[in-house]
Amino acid sequence: MTAYILRRCLYAIPILVGVNLITFVLFFVVNTPDDMARLALGAKRVTPDAIEKWKAEHGYDKPLLVNAQASGVAQLTDTIFFQKSARLFVFDFGNADDGRNIGYEIRTRMWPSLALALPVFVVGLAVNITFAMSLAFFRATRYDFWGVVLCVAMMSISTLFYIIGGQYLVSKVWSLVPISGFAPGADAAKFLALPVLVGVASGIGSGTRWYRTIFLEETGKDYVRTARAKGLSELDVLFGHVLKNALVPILTGAVVVIPLLFMGSLLSESFFGIPGLGSYTIDAIQAQDFAIVRAMVFLGSVLYIAGLLLTDISYTLVDPRVRFA
Amino acid sequence: MRRAAALVAIVTGAAAVVGALASAGCTDAWNDPYPASERGSNTLYSSFVERPKTLDPARSYTSDEWGFTAQIYEPPLQYHYLQRPYTLVPLTAREVPVPRLLDTEGRELPADAPAERVATSVYEIRIQPGIRYQPHPAFAMDGAGRPLYLDLPESAIRTKYRLEDFPQTGSRELVAADYVYQIKRLAHPRVVSPIFGHMSEYIIGLKDLGDRLQAENKRLVASHEARFGRTDGNLPWLDLRDYALSGVEVVDRYTYRIRIKGKYPQFGYWLAMPFFAPMPFEADRFYAQRGMSDGRNLNLDWYPVGTGPYMLVEHNPNARMVLARNPNFRGEPYPSEGAPGDAAAGLLADAGRTAPFIDRVVYTREKEGIPYWNKFLQGYYDESGIGSDNFDQAVRLSLEGEARLTPEMQAQGIWLRTSIGTSTFYLAFNFLDPVVGGLSDRARKLRQAVSIAIDWEEYISIFANGRGIAGMGPLPPGIFGHREGREGLNPVVYDWVDGRPKRKSIDVAKRLLAEAGFPDGREAATGRPLVLYLDTVARGPGDKPRLDWYRRQFAKLDIQLEIRATDWNRFQEKIRTGNTQLFFLGWNADYPDPENFMFLLNGPQARAKTGGENAANYQNPEYDRLFEQMKNIANGPERQAIIDRMVAIARADAPWAWGFHPKDYILGHAWLHNVKPNQMARNGLKFYRIDAALREAKRAEWNRPVLWPLAVLAAALGAVVLLGVRAYRRRERMAARPAQRAA
Repeated sequence: MTAYILRRCLYAIPILVGVNLITFVLFFVVNTPDDMARLALGAKRVTPDAIEKWKAEHGYDKPLLVNAQASGVAQLTDTIFFQKSARLFVFDFGNADDGRNIGYEIRTRMWPSLALALPVFVVGLAVNITFAMSLAFFRATRYDFWGVVLCVAMMSISTLFYIIGGQYLVSKVWSLVPISGFAPGADAAKFLALPVLVGVASGIGSGTRWYRTIFLEETGKDYVRTARAKGLSELDVLFGHVLKNALVPILTGAVVVIPLLFMGSLLSESFFGIPGLGSYTIDAIQAQDFAIVRAMVFLGSVLYIAGLLLTDISYTLVDPRVRFA
Repeated sequence: MRRAAALVAIVTGAAAVVGALASAGCTDAWNDPYPASERGSNTLYSSFVERPKTLDPARSYTSDEWGFTAQIYEPPLQYHYLQRPYTLVPLTAREVPVPRLLDTEGRELPADAPAERVATSVYEIRIQPGIRYQPHPAFAMDGAGRPLYLDLPESAIRTKYRLEDFPQTGSRELVAADYVYQIKRLAHPRVVSPIFGHMSEYIIGLKDLGDRLQAENKRLVASHEARFGRTDGNLPWLDLRDYALSGVEVVDRYTYRIRIKGKYPQFGYWLAMPFFAPMPFEADRFYAQRGMSDGRNLNLDWYPVGTGPYMLVEHNPNARMVLARNPNFRGEPYPSEGAPGDAAAGLLADAGRTAPFIDRVVYTREKEGIPYWNKFLQGYYDESGIGSDNFDQAVRLSLEGEARLTPEMQAQGIWLRTSIGTSTFYLAFNFLDPVVGGLSDRARKLRQAVSIAIDWEEYISIFANGRGIAGMGPLPPGIFGHREGREGLNPVVYDWVDGRPKRKSIDVAKRLLAEAGFPDGREAATGRPLVLYLDTVARGPGDKPRLDWYRRQFAKLDIQLEIRATDWNRFQEKIRTGNTQLFFLGWNADYPDPENFMFLLNGPQARAKTGGENAANYQNPEYDRLFEQMKNIANGPERQAIIDRMVAIARADAPWAWGFHPKDYILGHAWLHNVKPNQMARNGLKFYRIDAALREAKRAEWNRPVLWPLAVLAAALGAVVLLGVRAYRRRERMAARPAQRAA
């Protein structure tokens, strides 16, 4: 197991270098360092001298990938790519183009993101599995039929509609919770109630249908028929056998996203005024702040790789037959 | 029987839930986004959209950022809060300085001396004694009078993450040297001030100082990198007191002098901007200590140090910014004189009272318009602009174009204040383009025809909800030189009919187009259709109606308009290199002087040649000659006459299709007083006053929680569970499927 994890971690290095390189190339195809300087300095009275100074101050006055004027290894190291990327691998994200420390921002912002994403994930998983199991239990009945219709309807509605509708009804018409905002600590609860509700509700349609399919596939298998034949109650069959055996496909989809919960939600964080990493990323893209974009893409890649690794490990926990060589 | 009992249980349970919730606090608004401890406090609630990039007064150049810095930093001058047209008045200065004009021999010249005779303008600024800085650790002293926090070892800073981690604070008196220090910062290579290039053309010695600082900085960086490596960003402090600036000097403790090259009357306006606010060297030294900025953001971008009425006590640009009253602020009397109508609007009710009136200001970040607008309606923001999505809900325009609040807004006691922005938006013709550019009669008539065809009144109505007025020239209302009514009519595009301007008919435009060599939108010689190209930044499907509208305007003349949509960077690059034909652009005034608009058409400032602000690359020698005359003389009949001639030339040449000047709308609640829109200054917060008791009462009235949905939800959940349990039991008790009867 340890050797397997170590091997996967080593595989991650070339993947991260590749992701970093692609991000770099894509970003600088659209934005030149001069464009970044102009955006940072504003639209008025920007002189070429000011642009050069900004680039020098922020380390964008070097060649992008290859420094032809340098010699030896410096041809590769004395470049924007190397100078800006090398430190990422020790998780030193450096400063944003506006001078602010990215590590500090990530440490500050990941908690609001997590405070929203974790309840949505946990409650959503519980609601979806419960609903899906009840549909599987009452399969081929009117309850199942209308439940599926409801799921299809819910997954056909845009997330934005849930957000705006939720804000209108719950916050504006019923005045039950604040329409947006965030506070640290226990005060966060009243701000998170609505976004969590919206996040769970918007995921019910697709989540339930997916889990229902898994459960129905399992309930058709021989071991379920055997369990029923032995006289087990339907609840025992569902929770004692079907759920356990359905965990492998459920974990495939669920565990991989756990690390990514840190990255936040783009839409919800913007509409509900939650100062998380999702809104940080979108702000950086709009401001053409390469330092932040690069750091967030790198972090996203690391977390995704970690998620895949966790998924593999979780298989061994739910299925004793799985062993890593 | 059991079914009835279960239903009773569900209803009782739901009622219990509602009852418990109601008794828990139905007197309070549940949707209040602010802590209960703030209720009834003398706090103003506002919002911000973009997180401020920097609050350093030498670098910040956006109106959003100035919304914060203008409350904290105090330049020597400010604009009168109420008077219009905008008038400079002292802020920390004792009086508005009158420049002494000197010739090349150093002899004093009269104030109206022609610019070519003036070699130097000398501004001597005397500041008021007794002004003190906000409490700040940079000023903290030990018992022996030595600075506590200016020579900290890196190990001591390692434990500090916020300004509050420095327990001691201090203050000191504002002196003239602080203003001089800040002017030197404009030339600092690490500060990269956006106005350094412009100011170095005027302030004597500033460019030289910039060069010297650049060289010294390079030396420091090299030795620093040799010691700490390239990636270490903790560069050593550059003490600007050691570097002389020949054009700026301290005269005495409360007086400093600035020498300007030639005559530059607009310099007074710059003295009202945060760029010229004081900076105590202690603050610069404090933040420059090794480890302060790295990873902690302990720097001037985050933690300003000023003498103004407010100080920043919470800087969380991700969520909220909080200003609190500066305990060392000297107080400032509310203006006793205003513009006509101000007294009737209640804007002089606090005349003579000492400001600021509000203790705290909480800015919450709102990135989306819907929650922002709803929170304003709920009373959680004290004032608001109006987004286009909410315009119809808030305002109705009368047939005369007068804006009135809807009955719903009036019922809430909301008020509306409007003002014409000191800005202009226009469609520019690139003068370097062979088809639409140049001073030839053909190109001029083509531009005039297009100017007539583009119906800006319709544009304002469709895309700005009527919030704007069509432009008659480069100058917006409120700027000296702008003329109203028939005198201000652009005769190239409008006729004066029934006491108001009327856009010329499309037939006139077609005739001009034919005279330009394009009858019916086709080139007379070849018969090829005339195709023009509009470069624009398009962000998505939302831009389609606007772009289609442009096409329709040109189609009136049978001209085919090709839209070349691109991103912001490429758009700017095209304008910079002159590689464009038509484009839409705007300008927001730096200061309320006609020079700040007329220079947008000044030939020597053509964007493609010099990188200046003349984006259309317009060049007319007569206009440029008049501009040189106009820019340096005082407002008066002579200046008005020159401006009239310049405007007439520009109208005839039509380098812009004069677009529109937007109107700003501000809504406020009944408990907010003394708000007057000010396009030039952002430091009016000190004059705002709120009635916190009225706000609390209204918030409670407007935000009573509605509890029946919770009861319905509880009942529905109970019913579903009950039905589910029953169905499960029935199913469990069901006999095996009976065998099929034999046929």
